[in-house]
Amino acid sequence: MSLIQETDFGAPAVRSEKTVTLTIDGVQVTVPEGTSLMRAAKELGTTIPKLCATDSVAAFGSCRLCLVEIEGRAGTPASCTTPVAEGMVVSTQTPKLAKLRRGVMELYISDHPLDCLTCAANGDCELQDMAGAVGLREVRYGYDGANHLTAAKDASNPYFTYDASKCIVCSRCVRACEEVQGTFALTIAGRGFGSRVSPGQSESFMTSECVSCGACVQACPTATLTETRVIEIGQPEHSAVTTCAYCGVGCAFKAEMRGEELVRMVPWKAGKANRGHSCVKGRFAWGYATHRERVTEPMIRASIHDPWKVVSWDEAIAHTASEFKRIQGQYGRDSVGGITSSRCTNEETYLVQKLVRTAFGNHNVDTCARVCHSPTGYGLKTTFGASAGTQDFDSVEETDVMVVIGANPTDAHPVFASRMKKRLRQGARLIVIDPRRIDLVRSARVQADHHLALRPGTNVAVLTAMAHVIVTEGLADEAYVRERCDLQAYAHWAEFVSLPQHGPEATEAVTGVPAAELRAAARLYATGGNGSIYYGLGVTEHSQGSTTVMAIANLAMVTGNIGRPGVGVNPLRGQNNVQGACDMGSFPHEFSGYRHVSDDETRQLFEEAWGVALGDEPGLRIPNMLDEAVAGHFKGLYVQGEDILQSDPNTRHVAAGLAAMECVVVQDLFLNETANYAHVFLPGSTFLEKDGTFTNAERRIQRVRKVMRPRNGYADWEVTQMLSNALGYPMAYDHPSQIMDEIARLTPSFAGVSFEKLDALGSIQWPCNAAAPEGTPVMHIDHFVRGKGQFILTEYVPTEEKVGPRYPLLLTTGRILSQYNVGAQTRRTENSRWHAEDVLEIHPHDAEERGVRDGDWVRLKSRSGETALRAEITDRVAPGVVYTTFHHPLTQANVITTDHSDWATNCPEYKVTAVQVSRGNGPAEWQVEYTAQARKSRRIEAAE
Amino acid sequence: MTDADEAHATGVTPMANQIAGFFVSQGDHAAAVAGTADHIKAFWAPVMRRELLALVDAGQAEGLSDVAREAILRLR
Repeated sequence: MSLIQETDFGAPAVRSEKTVTLTIDGVQVTVPEGTSLMRAAKELGTTIPKLCATDSVAAFGSCRLCLVEIEGRAGTPASCTTPVAEGMVVSTQTPKLAKLRRGVMELYISDHPLDCLTCAANGDCELQDMAGAVGLREVRYGYDGANHLTAAKDASNPYFTYDASKCIVCSRCVRACEEVQGTFALTIAGRGFGSRVSPGQSESFMTSECVSCGACVQACPTATLTETRVIEIGQPEHSAVTTCAYCGVGCAFKAEMRGEELVRMVPWKAGKANRGHSCVKGRFAWGYATHRERVTEPMIRASIHDPWKVVSWDEAIAHTASEFKRIQGQYGRDSVGGITSSRCTNEETYLVQKLVRTAFGNHNVDTCARVCHSPTGYGLKTTFGASAGTQDFDSVEETDVMVVIGANPTDAHPVFASRMKKRLRQGARLIVIDPRRIDLVRSARVQADHHLALRPGTNVAVLTAMAHVIVTEGLADEAYVRERCDLQAYAHWAEFVSLPQHGPEATEAVTGVPAAELRAAARLYATGGNGSIYYGLGVTEHSQGSTTVMAIANLAMVTGNIGRPGVGVNPLRGQNNVQGACDMGSFPHEFSGYRHVSDDETRQLFEEAWGVALGDEPGLRIPNMLDEAVAGHFKGLYVQGEDILQSDPNTRHVAAGLAAMECVVVQDLFLNETANYAHVFLPGSTFLEKDGTFTNAERRIQRVRKVMRPRNGYADWEVTQMLSNALGYPMAYDHPSQIMDEIARLTPSFAGVSFEKLDALGSIQWPCNAAAPEGTPVMHIDHFVRGKGQFILTEYVPTEEKVGPRYPLLLTTGRILSQYNVGAQTRRTENSRWHAEDVLEIHPHDAEERGVRDGDWVRLKSRSGETALRAEITDRVAPGVVYTTFHHPLTQANVITTDHSDWATNCPEYKVTAVQVSRGNGPAEWQVEYTAQARKSRRIEAAE
Repeated sequence: MTDADEAHATGVTPMANQIAGFFVSQGDHAAAVAGTADHIKAFWAPVMRRELLALVDAGQAEGLSDVAREAILRLR
C-alpha cells in the first residue's frame, strides 16, 4: 500500500458544452471553453511549474512561475489565468521561460528558511518541488537581505501551526477560506514586502473567526500551515480512502498512516459528497479513537450498583446469551429487544436487526432515527413514495432559491453549508425559517432574503400559510401538478389551504411571522426559479414532525420543484449513517428497503433467506420499550453504539426504564451514560478499525475502510455475530462484503450494490438496480416512486406543551460546530477548547427581567425536570425563546425535555419545552447526585 | 399493576388521540376511523393495542376520542 497522490490540475474544471482545440508543446488537446491553459496542459499530462495555483480555488496569477509562450502573442502570460482559445499554439518549456522561472524561484528562496531536512513538510512541499522543477542551483541575492525568517509562529490552534517564516504569500490559504469554506477569516495584511497572512485583524487563529476546517492547511504549498500531528510525528507513508463517521454529509477522506498510526485525515477531492472539503470534526477530531478512556475489554456485573468485572470475550458473550435466554424464558419472547446504531456501518445495523428478528424472534428493534428523522421516513414515503431525500448535494449548484427550515447547516452540516454559501455568493436567494438567527441568516457575504423567525412549534402553520399564498395568488405550477400528482387529492388540498384561516394574516398571531414577510417568502420560493428545501431536526422533532415533512412535500409539488437537479426536498441527516440505519430495516415495522413486516411476499423472502418464521406485526419502538420496561414487561436490551440516556428525551423516564430491566447490554467505545444502567459492556470498534459502508443524507453509499486492527479485538459486526451464534442462531460471515451481498439479494433498492462496484465507482446513490445500475442521483424524475404525488392536508395542531405563568419561556435545542451529538467522541478531543460546556442562550430582555448577567449560572426548569448551566445573553434568540445544546452529560439538557412526541412516529418533541429560567449558584442537586452516581457506576473491580 | 394501570403508564391514550386528531383533519368520520385503525395496526406493537383495549374494556378510557375509540375497537 502506498500514499494516494491526487492530481492537482492547477485550476478548477470548467463546465461548458462548447469545446476548444489547441496545441500544447506540439500535442493537440480539446477542452471545454473557458478552461485555463494550465489545466489544459495537465489534462495532457504536462505539468507547468506553479505555486499560487491549485484546482480548489480560482486562478490568481501572482507567483509568476506558470508563465508560457503563445505563438503570435507578446510576452509570457500566466497559464493559470489565461483561457484556452481555438487554434492556440503554446509552449510550456523554453529557454526564456526557464530563465524567468529560475529568477522567480531565486527571489522566493532568498526569503525562505533553508531547513528542508528538518522541516515538517520535507517530502511534501511544493516550494521544494518547484526548486527542483526549475533547476534552481544558486541564489544570487544571498540570504542576508531583509527577510521574514524570524517571524513568530502561531501555535494557538490545537490542530495546525502557522509558521509565518515559511509563507510565500501566495494567498492560497486566504482564497481557500473564502472560496471553499466561505468564512473569510483570513486576509493578507500589509503591503509589498510587509504582506503577511493574517487571521482576522491581526488575531491568532484561535481567537479569530477561523472555524478550523483545514481548507487553508490543505491549500498551503509550503510548511507555513501544517498539521501539528505531522510536525510531531512526521509524514505518512500509506493511505486509504474512507468515510467520515461524524455527520450525515459523509465526507470522503484519505486516512494517511504510518503503519497502524493515523497521521492525518485529508479530504479526498474525488469524494462526491464533500468535493475535497472538510470541517473541524472530520479533519481533526479523531483523537477519541485512542483516548485513554476507551474501554477495550468486555465487562459484566450482576447489578448496576456493582463495580464492573473485566472478563474474556467468551465469558461476556456466553453470559449475555444466557441472560437473554433466561429473560425470554421467564417473561416471554417479546420481553427483549435491540437498538441499532446510526454511527455503525450498514452491515452492522443490518446484522443487529437480523439478530433481533432471528435470534430474539421478535421485531423489537429500533434505531436513533426514532428520535431524529423518523418523521422524514413517514412523511416522504406518504407523499412521494420513498423515505429519503430527493437530490444529490451537487444539486445545490443549480438551485436558485434555497429554503432552510429548522436546520443550522454551518454548525451541523458544515461542509455542505460551505457549498450552500458558495451558491449564495453566486446569486442564489435564501429563505430561512427558524426561531434563531442562525449564521446563514447573515454572515460573510451571505444575507438571507427572508428570515421567518417563527415561534417554536408553529412550523405547520407557517408552511400551510405559504401554501395558501401560492395557491390563492395563482402561483401554483398547475401543469406539473396535472401531470405528476393525484388531482383529486390536490383539489381537496388546494381548497383546504385556501381557507382564510390558513392565510398569513390569520396565522401571524400564532406564528409570530409578519404576514407581509411570509407572503414575500412564499412568492420568492414559487417564482424564483429552481427552488430547493433543506431541513433538519427543527422540522422533525415536534409533535407535528411528520405533518411538517408532508407540508414541505406539498410545497415542493405545488411549485413543480421535484424531479430535476436544482430543486427537491432535502433532509439534512444528523449522524453519519442515519439514512443507512433506516434503509437497513432498523425500524420495528419494516424490513430493509422500507417494506412492512405485514407484507406476505416480503416476509416470505426473509423467512426463506434466514430460515426462521417471522411475525407479521410490528415490534416496540424505543419510547415504547422504555414505557413497557417501566410497566414491567420489557426486561432486556442490546444497545449498539447509542447513548439513549443522554440523547433521548425526559432523562428520568429513560433512567427509570433502563433501571427496570434485568439485562442491559451496551456496545460502545466508552462507558457512556447509558452504561451506568448496563449489566454487560461489550467494547466497540471505531470506523478506522473495520470495513463496511455508510449511507449519507443524499442516499450515497460509501466505503469505510479498515486502516488499523480493532483495539478491542473485533469489529462490531463480529461481536453481533458472536452473540447471535451464542443465542443459537448461526451466522458465519467472513467479511462485511458478504453481508452487503445478502442485503443486495433481499433489498430491491440495493440490488446492484456490492463492495466491488463501490470500489470501482467510488460511491453509489440508491436505488441501484437493473434500471439504474450506477445509482440514482435525483429521484422522482419522470414520476414519483408511489406513482402520483400525494398532497396531504396539514392542519396546524398546537403542541400540548404550553407556556404559562410557571413556565413562560420556550426552550429549543440544537448542536454546535465543534461538538457532535452526545459528545462521546468530540468531548474526548481538543474540540472541547471551543465548547467546554453547554450554555443557555437567552435574550437580553428575558435576562434582564430575571436579573441574569452573561456567564451567570442559571436554573432551567420544566415540567420534566431541572438542571443548571451558564447563561449567554444574545439577541440571536427571540424574546420568549431560550436555546441550548446537548453535548455534555453534566448539563443533560434532556432532563428538561418532555415525553411529547410526533403523532405518527413517536419522534420526541425536543424543540419545544416550556421552561422557566432563574438565577442559580452552581449545578443543581440532581446534577451533583448524577455525577456521583455515574462515577460510582463506572468503577472497575481490581484484577485478581 | 393491572392492565389498565399499565396502559396509563405507557401513555397509549394520548398517543391514540394524537393519531386520531391527524386523521380527523383528513376527511369524514368513517375515513378518520379507518385511517387511525390502519396507522395503529401498522406502527403499534400488539401489546400496545391490547393495553388500550384493556383501558376501554375497564371503562377507564377517559379522554379517548370517539374516533380513536372506534379505531381501537375495530382492531380487537
